[in-house]
Amino acid sequence: MDAIFGSEIWKQLFVYSVTDPAHHIEVWAHVVRSLLRIGIGLGFILTIVPGLIWLERRLLSWMQGRLGPNRVGWQGLAQPIADGIKLFFKEDIIPTNVDRSLYILAPGVALAPVLMSVAVLPWNGSPDWGAVAPGLNIGILFLLAIASIEVYGVILAGWSSNNKYSLLGGLRASSQVISYELGMGLSIIAVLLMTGTLATQSIVGEQGIIGDPINIGNTAYTVYPHSLNSGFWHWHFLAFFPFGLVAAVVYLISMVAETNRARLALREADTEVEAGFHTEYSSMKFAMFFMGEYANMLIVSAIAITLFFGGWLAPWGALSQIPASAGAYLPAWLINTLNMAVIAPFWFGIKLFLLICFFIWLRATLPRLRYDMLMKFGWKGILPIGLVNVVLIALSMALQQSFGRLRGHLMAVAVGLGICFVLFVIKMATYRKRRLDTETTTISPIRREPAALPVPARRTREV
Amino acid sequence: MPPTSPGVTGEMILFIIFGAAAIATALVMVLQTNPVRSALFLVLNLFCVAVLYLLLNAWFLAAVQVLVYTGAIMVLFLFVIMLLNLGTPDREADRLRPQQPIAVLSGLVLALIIGGVVLSPLPNPSPTLRDDRLGTVEAIGRNLFDPAQPWLFPFEVTSILLLIAVIGSVVLAKRRL
Amino acid sequence: MPESQAVTAAAAAVPLSWYLMLSAVLFTIGVVGVLIKRNPIVIFMCIELMLNSVNVTFIAFARYLGDTGGLMFTIFVMAVAAAEVAVGLGILISIFRSRENINVDEINIMQG
Repeated sequence: MDAIFGSEIWKQLFVYSVTDPAHHIEVWAHVVRSLLRIGIGLGFILTIVPGLIWLERRLLSWMQGRLGPNRVGWQGLAQPIADGIKLFFKEDIIPTNVDRSLYILAPGVALAPVLMSVAVLPWNGSPDWGAVAPGLNIGILFLLAIASIEVYGVILAGWSSNNKYSLLGGLRASSQVISYELGMGLSIIAVLLMTGTLATQSIVGEQGIIGDPINIGNTAYTVYPHSLNSGFWHWHFLAFFPFGLVAAVVYLISMVAETNRARLALREADTEVEAGFHTEYSSMKFAMFFMGEYANMLIVSAIAITLFFGGWLAPWGALSQIPASAGAYLPAWLINTLNMAVIAPFWFGIKLFLLICFFIWLRATLPRLRYDMLMKFGWKGILPIGLVNVVLIALSMALQQSFGRLRGHLMAVAVGLGICFVLFVIKMATYRKRRLDTETTTISPIRREPAALPVPARRTREV
Repeated sequence: MPPTSPGVTGEMILFIIFGAAAIATALVMVLQTNPVRSALFLVLNLFCVAVLYLLLNAWFLAAVQVLVYTGAIMVLFLFVIMLLNLGTPDREADRLRPQQPIAVLSGLVLALIIGGVVLSPLPNPSPTLRDDRLGTVEAIGRNLFDPAQPWLFPFEVTSILLLIAVIGSVVLAKRRL
Repeated sequence: MPESQAVTAAAAAVPLSWYLMLSAVLFTIGVVGVLIKRNPIVIFMCIELMLNSVNVTFIAFARYLGDTGGLMFTIFVMAVAAAEVAVGLGILISIFRSRENINVDEINIMQG
C-alpha cells in the first residue's frame, strides 16, 4: 500500500503542478523509467512468443513421433520468423459482408488486453524494476479485470465476420472463457485469503519469507532478508496443504480453458465450427489472433507462477541470490544487479518453460471435450470445488485462531474429507438412476436443447 | 502551510481528458443506431469512468467497474444482442418520433436543474478532508464487514438479491425447465 | 504523508464540482437516451449509464468528504445493476421468443 501513497507517482499526479518547472526533471525521469519498464515487459513477451511457437511445434512433433519444422535456421528456430514474414506479405482479405470497422478492430481488441496484463507480473523483487507497475495495490484484481475483457476480441471477431461458423465459434469460445473465469477467480481468492494482499509483488514476497509479510514500498531492495531459509515448501500450492494444491489445480485447469488451448478448446473445432471465430481472418489479422493466443498462454502461466509457484523465487532460498560471501570479491552493486537481472528472471523463466511444456503435453495427450461436457465440467466441477475450497481455507484460518495452527488446520481438513465422503455416498446412491437418465435423453446437446444455441445471424427482417 | 500555487496538476489533465472522453462516448452511444456499436461505446465510456475512479483513488472500485460492468454486464448485453439478432439497425417506422425533440428538451431542463443544484452554494467540503487511503481494498473490506458500521446487513441482503436474480433469469430465459 | 503536502495537494486538485457536473451531464445523456430509444436493450444500456454517473457522484463525495459510505453504496449499486441486467435480459429473451420483436412500441399487450 505505502508504495503508492506519498510515492513519486502519487506526488506527480496529485501534488506537483505541471506548470511548475521545479519538478520537471523528476517527472520526466519517472516517465522515462516507466517507459523503460513497459519496454522490458512487452519486449519480453513479444520476443518469447515466436520461440514459444517453435517450441510447441517441435515438442508436439517429438511427442507424436514426427520431426516438425527443422529446415529454417538451426533446428528450425527461424521458422516462426519466416511464418511471420509470410503472413505479413500475404493478401489481406476482407470479406464483402463483414462489419468492416469491427472486423478490423477485433484482432487488436484480442491482443491488447493480453499485453496489458504483463503490467503487474513481477520478474524480480526490486521495487523499481521488478515489474511494469510493481506497486499497484490492486494487482490481482487488475489481472482479473483485464482477463474479463479478453472475450471482447473473440465476440467481436465472431460477430463482425457475418458467418455462422464464426458466430457460433465466437459465442462458444466466449461462453467458455466466461465460465472458467469463475474457477480462476475462486482459486485466486484462495490465494488472497492466504496472503491478505492483492499486490503481486507482496504475494511473491510472502512465499519467500517466514513470518510477517514485509512492506515492499519502503525498503531499498537487495534480497528479502529471510528468503535464504525458505523454499518451495513455502509456496502457495503447498500452503494449507490440500487446499492450496486444490486451488492450484483448479487454476491450472481453468487457465487451459481460459486460453482456449487444445483439449479444453472450443473455438477451433474443425469438425464443428471450422476455425471458429477467426475463420474469416487472414494475413496479419490472423497473425494477431495467433500471437494473442500464445501471449495469453505465457501470461496465464506467469500468473500461475506468481500465485502458486513462488514467482521469481528459487526452489531453495539459498539459490535465489549470490551468496553473501561473494561480497569479498565483487562490488555490492554488481551483486545486486546480478541478483535482480539474472538470477530472479532465470528462475522465473525456468518455471515458465515447465508450465508451457505442461500446456503442450496436455495438447498432445488428451482428447478434446464436447461443448456440453466442457460447460458441465466448468459449472458443476470446477466452480463448486473452487467455492468449497475457499470456504475450507477460511474455515481453517478461523479454526487455527482458536485451536492452534496444526489442530485447527486438521479440523478443517477433516471437514473437507467429510464433505468429500458425503458427496461420494450421494453419488454412489444415485449413480444408477443418473446413468439411466443420460441414456434416455438424447446425447447431442443440440437436439436436446435448441435454445442453447443462438439463432442464425443476420436474418434480414421482412418489412 | 507553504504558499500554494493553484497550478495544473496531472490529475486535472487526466480528468479533463477522460471526462471529455466519457461524455463523448456516452453521446455517441445514444446517437448510434446499431446496438452492437452502442454497447461498445458504452464499454469505452465505462473504461473512462473507471479511470476517473482511479483519479479519485477508488482503486478497488475501478477494478470492480472493469470486472463487473465491462467484463460481465456488457458481455451479457452483447450476447443477447447477437442471440436475438438485433445487430442490424432498426429501420422501421417509429410511431413515437415526435417524442424525440421533447425528450431532448426535457433532458436539457433536467441538466439545468441538476446543474443548478450542483452549482448552488452547497456546504462546500473542506479540501483537507480528502482521504486518499479510503479506496483501497483493505479500507473497503474493513468498513464493509465492520459490525459497527451499517453495511454488513445490506451486503448479506445483496447476496440474496443476486441469488434471486440468477434464479429469475434462468426461469425467464429457459424455454423448458 | 506530511500535513503540508496534503494541503498543497488539495489546493491544486480538481474541484468537487467538476466531478458533479460530469456526472450530471452523463446522467442527462442517459435520461435522453432512455426517452428517445426504441430498442429495449439500448434503453437498458442508457440506464446503466445513469447508474454509472450516480456512482461517480458517490465516489467523488466519498473522497472529498472522507467518508466510505459513498464507496459502499457504489458496491451495492453495481450489484443491483448486475441483478437488474440479468433479469431484464431474461425478460427480453422471453418476450422475443413469443413475439419475434422487442421494439418497445410494439410491446403494448399490457396496456389497458
